This record gives sequence, C-alpha cells and structure tokens, in this order.
Amino acid sequence: MPPATAPEEQIHAAYDSKVEGNIIFTQVDTAINWMRKNSLWPMPMGLACCAIELMATGASRFDISRFGAEVMRFSPRQSDVMIVAGTVTYKMALAVKRVWDQMPEPKWCIAMGACASSGGMYRSYAVLQGIDNLIPVDVYVSGCPPRPEALLEGLMKLQDKVQAEESAKAHFKAEKPS
Amino acid sequence: MSAEASITSLQAKFGDAVLETREFRGEHTAIVDREKAHEILAHCRDTLGYDYLIDLCSIDNMGSDPRWEMVYELYTLANGENEHLRIKYTLPEGEKAQSVSDLWPTAKWHEREAYDMMGIEFEGLADHRRILMWEGYPYFPLRKDFPLAGRPSEMPDVAFTERASLAGGPFVTSPTSASTVHREPRSRDME
Repeated sequence: MPPATAPEEQIHAAYDSKVEGNIIFTQVDTAINWMRKNSLWPMPMGLACCAIELMATGASRFDISRFGAEVMRFSPRQSDVMIVAGTVTYKMALAVKRVWDQMPEPKWCIAMGACASSGGMYRSYAVLQGIDNLIPVDVYVSGCPPRPEALLEGLMKLQDKVQAEESAKAHFKAEKPS
Repeated sequence: MSAEASITSLQAKFGDAVLETREFRGEHTAIVDREKAHEILAHCRDTLGYDYLIDLCSIDNMGSDPRWEMVYELYTLANGENEHLRIKYTLPEGEKAQSVSDLWPTAKWHEREAYDMMGIEFEGLADHRRILMWEGYPYFPLRKDFPLAGRPSEMPDVAFTERASLAGGPFVTSPTSASTVHREPRSRDME
C-alpha cells in the first residue's frame, strides 16, 4: 500500500506517471498540429530591406529558434512556411511563385511588411501589388519594415492557425466513401 | 587639364559643333551637335584624358522638339586630376543615338538601360536586350506619357503586369515654406 498522496502531487492528478507510464491521451489532430507548429521551417524569400529584419529575427537577440523556426531552408523542398520579406517586383514574382510551387504540402505563407502585403509605397508599374495576387497568404505582418517582434508575433499567429487546423480529420473525411 | 580648359579646347577644335556651354557651381557642361557628338566624346577620351564614363542617361523632354536629351558624365581617373565634364546633345524621336560602347565598354549597360526605359536605340550597340524589364515587355516605362501605375501586359511563363491602384494618388509634396502639415504628400491636381 503506497503512503497517502502528498498534497502537491494531487495537483497533477490529470496525468500520473506512476500509474500511466509513458502514455498520454490526445487527439491525432492536436498531436500532429503540435508537432507541425513547433517546427515550422521557413523559406526565407528576402527581397528587400525586410530581409534585414528577418535576419535579425533569426539572430541571437530575437532568436526565432525559441519558436522552432530557426531552420532557414534555402531549398523549397524542405520548407514549411515561406516568409516573403520585401518588395515583389513583377520580374521576381514568377520566381517567387515557382519556389512556392516547389514547396511540399502542408505549406504556409507569411507576407512580411507593407510591400509583400499590398505593394506598400511602390504604387508603380514594376511592383506586384501584394504577393496574395499570386500565392495564398496566411499571415500579414504590417510595418515598413516590421520589427523582429512583429514578425515573431506573426509567426505565433501562424502557430495558432496551424494548431486550429483539422490536419487528420480532413484527411479521413476525404478517405470516406461518399 | 581642368574641365573649364577642356571645354575651351573642345571649342577651339570643334568650333560651331559646341553649341552652348554652361557652368553651375563648378560643374561644366557642353551641349554639342548630335552629328559630331561621337567624335567629340572620342576626343574627350583620347586627348583630354576622360577615361571614365560615370554615367550615360537620357531625358524625356516631352512636348518639346527634339524630344530626347542624352547626357554623358565623364571623369578623369588615370591622370589623377579628378575632373568632371558633362556632354549633352538632343535627339529627335525616331532617330538613333550613336553608341559610345566602342569608347567605353561600360556604356553597353547604360545604353541598354536607356533603351529599356525610354526606347532610345543606339547605332553601333550590338545588344539591344532589355536590362531591367523582361524581354517581351511591350512598353518603355520611363517615358513621360507612360502612367505611373503602369499598363497591363502579359508574357506567359515570364511575367505579367497589372495597373497598380493609386488610391487617389499620386501623392506628391509641393515646395513650400509652410508647416509640415501642408508639406506632407497629398493627392493634388496635376495641371
């Protein structure tokens, strides 16, 4: 017979490692989304001054690795989230689209800064008026350029969005014969 | 030789082909005859020591004839005098400018830019490819009659363009001594 439970252990009654061992109960969606959102590997699409802030976000002071997104992959095939950081000219736009098309699903997109979101101050013949004309954007980050804190908040917003997705549920729905 | 002396030397050698000379805060400009421009520029390089072409650009004086104005910024590097001389000449629409890429190889890119942005063609320039816009873009966007917002175009698998939303713009500042409230960029009637 074990001794009477100490009061501080009763607080953790929901999960008792002595009883349950290395087992936790969760939902598939929650588990998958938890894994996805904490290892979002960015495709850094640095096109202008926003890229400098993106670099600062990756460096030690702001440290994007606190959110599991420090693995800047310069190969689209290994990336999860494309951070479009800067002015997208029409000449560059199709290259951005091509890189986006090479990223495997599931993939997300952060439009960082005014230019990537809307063309910004470049209301001109040469500039695409927002990257959402070409690829679907999940999070828009305002600023010109946004501070690293703003980009990190955008990343956290994207994490919330990823956590709310029906990753497995949508998959099984699709499998079910109609 | 100073830029001032260079201009005197040009006037002595080419006479009437040097149409006008200007001096503004120590910057010397010679406006020359279009037919003689290449010869004069060659003389600047070979005899006067202007071995460096800083820049070559074009100006669109829309509404006046001739429409184009070519500007050559010359500099002496090798002889250590660091003199700066500007040569200009005008060019009517439809006529080709004389390429100076045989004198300064760097002129190739400048001339391609002048072609790309304003559609000015150069006699003797081997390579009339676009340099900033893409091959197949149908307009010359730095011409005065080209709208700031752009025009729609389509090059499948290369690029496309749409008109940019100016949202009531263009927003411009006006030179004034009034407060920043009046100075800040606003949508103004462009007359």
